[in-house]
Amino acid sequence: MRDAEDFVLSCPIPISEYPQVLLAHGGGGKLMHGLIEKMFLAAFRNPPLEVRHDGAVLQADGGRIALSTDSYVVRPLFFPGGDIGTLAVNGTVNDLAMCGARPLALGAAFILEEGLPMETLWRVVRSMQDAAAAAGVPIVTGDTKVVDRGKGDGLFVTTAGLGIVPPGRDIRPQRVRSGDVLLLNGDVGRHGMAVMAVREGLSFESEITSDCAPLVQPVMALLEGGVQVHCLRDLTRGGLAGAVIEIARAAGVHVELEERAIPVRPDVQGACEMLGLDPLYVANEGRFVAFVAPQDAQRALEILWGTALGAEARIIGRVEAARKGGLVTMTTTIGASRVVDMLSGEQLPRIC
Amino acid sequence: MRFIHEYRDARAARRLAAAIARTTTCPWTIMEVCGGQTHTIVKFGVDELLPPQITLVHGPGCPVCVTPLELIDKAVEIASIPGVIFCSFGDMLRVPGTHGDLLAARARGADVRVVYSPLDALAVARAHPRRQVVFFAVGFETTAPANALAVVQAQRQGVRNFSLLVAHVLVPPAMEAILASPGNRVQGFLAAGHVCTVMGYEEYRPLAARYGVPIVVTGFEPLDILQGVYMCVRQLEEGRAEVENQYVRSVRPQGNRAARELIAQVFCVVPRRWRGIGEIPKSGLGLQPAYADFDAERRFGLAGRGVEESTECRSGLVLQGVLKPPQCPAFGTRCTPEHPLGATMVSSEGACAAYYRYRRVPAQGAL
Amino acid sequence: MCLAVPGKIVSITPGEGLERSGRVSFGGVIKEVNLAFVPEAQVGDYVMVHVGFALSRVDEREAEQIFAYLAELEAQEPAGDAVSAELPPRYSGE
Repeated sequence: MRDAEDFVLSCPIPISEYPQVLLAHGGGGKLMHGLIEKMFLAAFRNPPLEVRHDGAVLQADGGRIALSTDSYVVRPLFFPGGDIGTLAVNGTVNDLAMCGARPLALGAAFILEEGLPMETLWRVVRSMQDAAAAAGVPIVTGDTKVVDRGKGDGLFVTTAGLGIVPPGRDIRPQRVRSGDVLLLNGDVGRHGMAVMAVREGLSFESEITSDCAPLVQPVMALLEGGVQVHCLRDLTRGGLAGAVIEIARAAGVHVELEERAIPVRPDVQGACEMLGLDPLYVANEGRFVAFVAPQDAQRALEILWGTALGAEARIIGRVEAARKGGLVTMTTTIGASRVVDMLSGEQLPRIC
Repeated sequence: MRFIHEYRDARAARRLAAAIARTTTCPWTIMEVCGGQTHTIVKFGVDELLPPQITLVHGPGCPVCVTPLELIDKAVEIASIPGVIFCSFGDMLRVPGTHGDLLAARARGADVRVVYSPLDALAVARAHPRRQVVFFAVGFETTAPANALAVVQAQRQGVRNFSLLVAHVLVPPAMEAILASPGNRVQGFLAAGHVCTVMGYEEYRPLAARYGVPIVVTGFEPLDILQGVYMCVRQLEEGRAEVENQYVRSVRPQGNRAARELIAQVFCVVPRRWRGIGEIPKSGLGLQPAYADFDAERRFGLAGRGVEESTECRSGLVLQGVLKPPQCPAFGTRCTPEHPLGATMVSSEGACAAYYRYRRVPAQGAL
Repeated sequence: MCLAVPGKIVSITPGEGLERSGRVSFGGVIKEVNLAFVPEAQVGDYVMVHVGFALSRVDEREAEQIFAYLAELEAQEPAGDAVSAELPPRYSGE
């Protein structure tokens, strides 16, 4: 390996010790992970939290439940293919599914800004109603707060979800094994680009819509089809790269990706090229990676191909016998290899 | 995408790499000047395909990294003035000044906005006529026409609340500074294709002749860079030192006349400090007197103020390939990616940052 | 530095001199781009776009030269030393 292995593609590296919170601390990159490790994990330390998964699996009387919570802040509130309401339902439902849990119920808390039009709120509530019905999960409890004008982006939503984990199911980063194969259920970068297009004033020959969707069905199809699934992770902030790096680190394994196997739509690629962004790091809301035992890989693919959200599923990489644990490398389109590193913070459009 | 994907073909890349290997008989050090090319090399792993005798040195061609400390400090200061809207390309927000970066200024309440184009900043100024809107005009010759046009439009449209904090730098003087230094090891250059798209490549001929180095104007896709290296190696092996153009689909010998005329109308050549290298004469652009009203440094009373950079930083020598990063006394102790003293540690594409990561695998959760 | 991306002009907006602009498609994503510096560019042409400005018209004939070059290289390759088509293993599912 030449020095190339040790470059990162984020320019330049930020100073890490900020006295105040930056937007970048919520960007799904190094700053956010540093904040979580140094602040939250250090303070709240406990075994379920140490798993570093999207939700926690807890022992309850005679069974196991999964618990997950997530806040949703998005500008604009409405974007092609979804809105803050669909995100708030699907995001938490998906986090439960990634624990192998069948979602049972959601709670929803609303922080409303004084002056928010009732019509806007009603649109979001109806979206949540539709998304919850589509995912087959009721919203059973909630909370409402109103803040002064100028203190919120119109509307913030926080959802929490409970799910049941069937006996014998154990899905978490620590179960990943050498030789495991990575499956991805479709093309990447759509959600982030759909939102950014609205912000950047881009238009499309055919509109890019968010991939926002509940992933319960394809995940349950895999699990109930008897596939040995070791870990699941939905690709949200930080994109495909962020998710795979998180798992590689939590599991202490080396993951090798194949760039040419990762599908990106031409218009998403075009928008990324133009803004100097890497689709690997762009947000998704209806995509997940599954780490499955190699002997089950082909069957897992065939199962996914039979589901609406897995029709484009592919194998995109595998877990190599560790060279360096916690490392993700990728065979590039020209057949060379490079490290895939976590970005510092949010991906910013660049001119360099 | 046409004109992108066909230049990322694995077989063609191997074919070029094999040709380079067949042609190379001894070690050569070639510098790609442009940070955009460095980005491609790193992102696609282009250098992995090269024979071990070829060393690519990453040049000072990242305007983000070479913007001097004093201008970053002025940007943070202007952005922090109540009522100012400070617009910048995204990549400038993380560059550390003496007292933090623009991201930190934004966290303290400054109105800092990322724009895609200087015309977007001008539109912000039109939309907020009662607020001062400042655009951080960084970049090489490539970006200068866009910024010049924004100034001309602002003047024509009578937009008085718009100004530029100008940090423009020019490539040929920096190349000459590298070549003229006593310890220079660079034997051939890949010149920056998009700079030459604007400026042409006639001004490189005297450099090639005077210093006896081949200069190949090169594009930005993996095959472009491999072909540029191949053309450069052929010249070196044959003992030639000419200016050649690999990037013919975009670069004409005279560049873009309309763009050059507008640059000359709005900007004049000034001395400029480069972060980690120091002052290089005639290496920057400043606003012409006719457009001095649009100079943010004058408008906010910051002209002529300088900041002493760390004298410890040896990045100038590193950029010339004279010094390996670990040989710098500050390396890894007083100078790290988190607290950089100079350009090569500021940018993650810089040689020092690369070495730092190479010697020290980042610990889990380390920032 | 200097990210510039090729895109295809799909329409030209009426406007003269410095105001000349058009809609440019990058793989299907369309952005309004200033065309002041490429007065010769017409609908259907490809232009290199940097920070919202077209800086040159892509010369489609010259763009082919690299492939002619590659064909020459192939002819020069010593027999038995041809570049193999062997690439990293493609995963299934394609």
